[in-house]
Amino acid sequence: MSSGTLYDKVWDLHQVAQLPGGATQLFIGLHLIHEVTSPQAFAALRDLGLSLRHPERTVATVDHIVPTTSQARPFADPLAEEMLATLEANCAEHGITLHGIGSGRQGIVHVIAPELGLTQPGMTVACGDSHTSTHGAFGAIAFGIGTSQVRDVLASQSLAMGKLKVRRIWVDGQLQSGVYAKDLVLHVIRTLGVKGGVGYAYEFAGPAIAALSMEERMTLCNMAIEGGARCGYVNPDQVTFDYLKGRPFAPSGAAWDQAVAWWSSLASGADAVFDDEVRFDAASIAPTITWGITPGQGIGVDETVPTLEQTEPDERPLAEEAYRYMDLQPGTPIAGTPVDVCFIGSCTNGRLSDLQAAAAVAKGRKVAPGIKAFVVPGSEQVAAAAEAEGLDKVFVEAGFEWREPGCSMCLAMNPDRLEGRQISASSSNRNFKGRQGSASGRTLLMSPAMVAAAAIHGRVSDVRTLLNP
Amino acid sequence: MTTATPFPTGPISSVSGTTVVVRGDDIDTDRIIPARFLKCVTFDALGPAAFADDRAELAASPAGPHPFDRPEHQGASILLVNRNFGCGSSREHAPQALMRWGIRAVVGESFAEIFYGNCLALGIPCLVADHDTMLAIQAAADADPAASFAVDVAEARLGCGNQTWQLDLAAGPRQMLATGQWDATGQLLANNTALAATAARLPYLSGFAAA
Ligand code: SF4
Repeated sequence: MSSGTLYDKVWDLHQVAQLPGGATQLFIGLHLIHEVTSPQAFAALRDLGLSLRHPERTVATVDHIVPTTSQARPFADPLAEEMLATLEANCAEHGITLHGIGSGRQGIVHVIAPELGLTQPGMTVACGDSHTSTHGAFGAIAFGIGTSQVRDVLASQSLAMGKLKVRRIWVDGQLQSGVYAKDLVLHVIRTLGVKGGVGYAYEFAGPAIAALSMEERMTLCNMAIEGGARCGYVNPDQVTFDYLKGRPFAPSGAAWDQAVAWWSSLASGADAVFDDEVRFDAASIAPTITWGITPGQGIGVDETVPTLEQTEPDERPLAEEAYRYMDLQPGTPIAGTPVDVCFIGSCTNGRLSDLQAAAAVAKGRKVAPGIKAFVVPGSEQVAAAAEAEGLDKVFVEAGFEWREPGCSMCLAMNPDRLEGRQISASSSNRNFKGRQGSASGRTLLMSPAMVAAAAIHGRVSDVRTLLNP
Repeated sequence: MTTATPFPTGPISSVSGTTVVVRGDDIDTDRIIPARFLKCVTFDALGPAAFADDRAELAASPAGPHPFDRPEHQGASILLVNRNFGCGSSREHAPQALMRWGIRAVVGESFAEIFYGNCLALGIPCLVADHDTMLAIQAAADADPAASFAVDVAEARLGCGNQTWQLDLAAGPRQMLATGQWDATGQLLANNTALAATAARLPYLSGFAAA
């Protein structure tokens, strides 16, 4: 059993009580809500005659359903409009801060909470969205919850939870140029499997992790859930503190020093005990891309689609299903696969550094004929920062569309979607069948720089050849 | 098709009814309920949309129709699945869609964690069988779709006629279901003093003033 890890320390601090069923009642320090998973929870609260225990610890934004072309109200889609209007009414009724469209702070929930300084080390963070694991980048224990649990947190600021085991993912060495946190996490999931993390929290540590920026750490923790781990985290360090300093909701003045001292005390100690440890070498990782229908079906860009013989026996039925669905032949190189749509954005890779990496590839080049390519900043702040640097112009000159912030084509809840059998190069996090809005649409997951490279060539290609020609 | 069976309430000691087998590993929440159906402010209409895309795909194929579309499975209440069922999203829309279609218990080789918790919060037990047992259960169910099966929650057992299979259900969920306390809200609210005490010791709640 783990002890002395950040996970253990934060868990102990937030324990309220042991519940009769054996679960622990855990206090939730920050509750993030959005339009998709909250309306039913508010309705349930109303039915039970309950109010919010800590409305000041609940923060809302709108992301999944917002269109990324025109965000003028009312939205063209009446269902989307109804969802946003319901969120607005619920927030007004219960005194919840809503960072809405045009506030300068709206965006994907997992992008805005960190950039506003709401997410801090040592917190427990919950949100009705599985990619809440993103916030673990700060040394928070952050996880996705269902709508019944959203109701519970609204009513009691706490949850019934079972404690996870802790696996340390230790990464030595340094990522090569053209290889990003996205490639690292796709490599981890490819190695440990999409179920490998079930029952675990992942602690990402080691020299390669210490060298990552906060935005890269967010990409990494964002996809812990795709590896089955309900939360992933990185111990807070100077990189974390430097990122937080001066953000609107971060502590300031005398409180800042107190906060840094407390945050530092929470990091896993030298005597920490883990339930398990797995080691990786960052230098050996290539740009990684998925070829199949789960995020675990990944390969290096210089590899071939695995044959059945190269696949573990119990993974073979899934591999066969993936060959059929993706229409890719086992044994053929993934590089050179033609794509139709190129999407840069999402809570995985819709931050400023992601757009900078993609723009570095796009600059002075042109999107291949017939390719639809678009860039969706993760938030209004990301959009403003990118525009201040002129990234929007770089993209537009290269033939990308520059859109308004939202979840966009990460999932099919807004007008951005694949049509028919289209295949996308996507910087998002899920390549499930039908995920991007067409029941037969296909998704290749990769880093934003690799998406830009795919857009330029019209086919999957190794971004390193464009960066170091 | 939706069912007239009432949604779970109170202690849940057993679930009985006919079965429906949905084979395959890693069936994710986007397949259980495609994202376009999530544009709603209530769960009411989700039942008929369960597995919508898989059903449409299979309807047109020689392997079809999907089990959820086969006449013999209409009204089924026990869903029989394989490994890592319900992976993907935390959205409760997936168990809600299954519940509203009529499912009251799920038996499988393993479940994604959030999906499992979401089911429990609705009073839908998810029980685990090892691989060989699961294949035997699925074969028995397919051999006689009209047969009534019974899940015994306290004993973590599945029975049909004179056959029984031992399943696994962790002590916590088992007790929560047996006592009717699978819906946690009441318990969480009862610990008012302890909640206040926990909040008082978290420095970030007081702006680090007294740290
Ligand atoms: S960007 Fe995608 S994964 Fe992230 S919150 Fe939005 S829909 Fe979910």
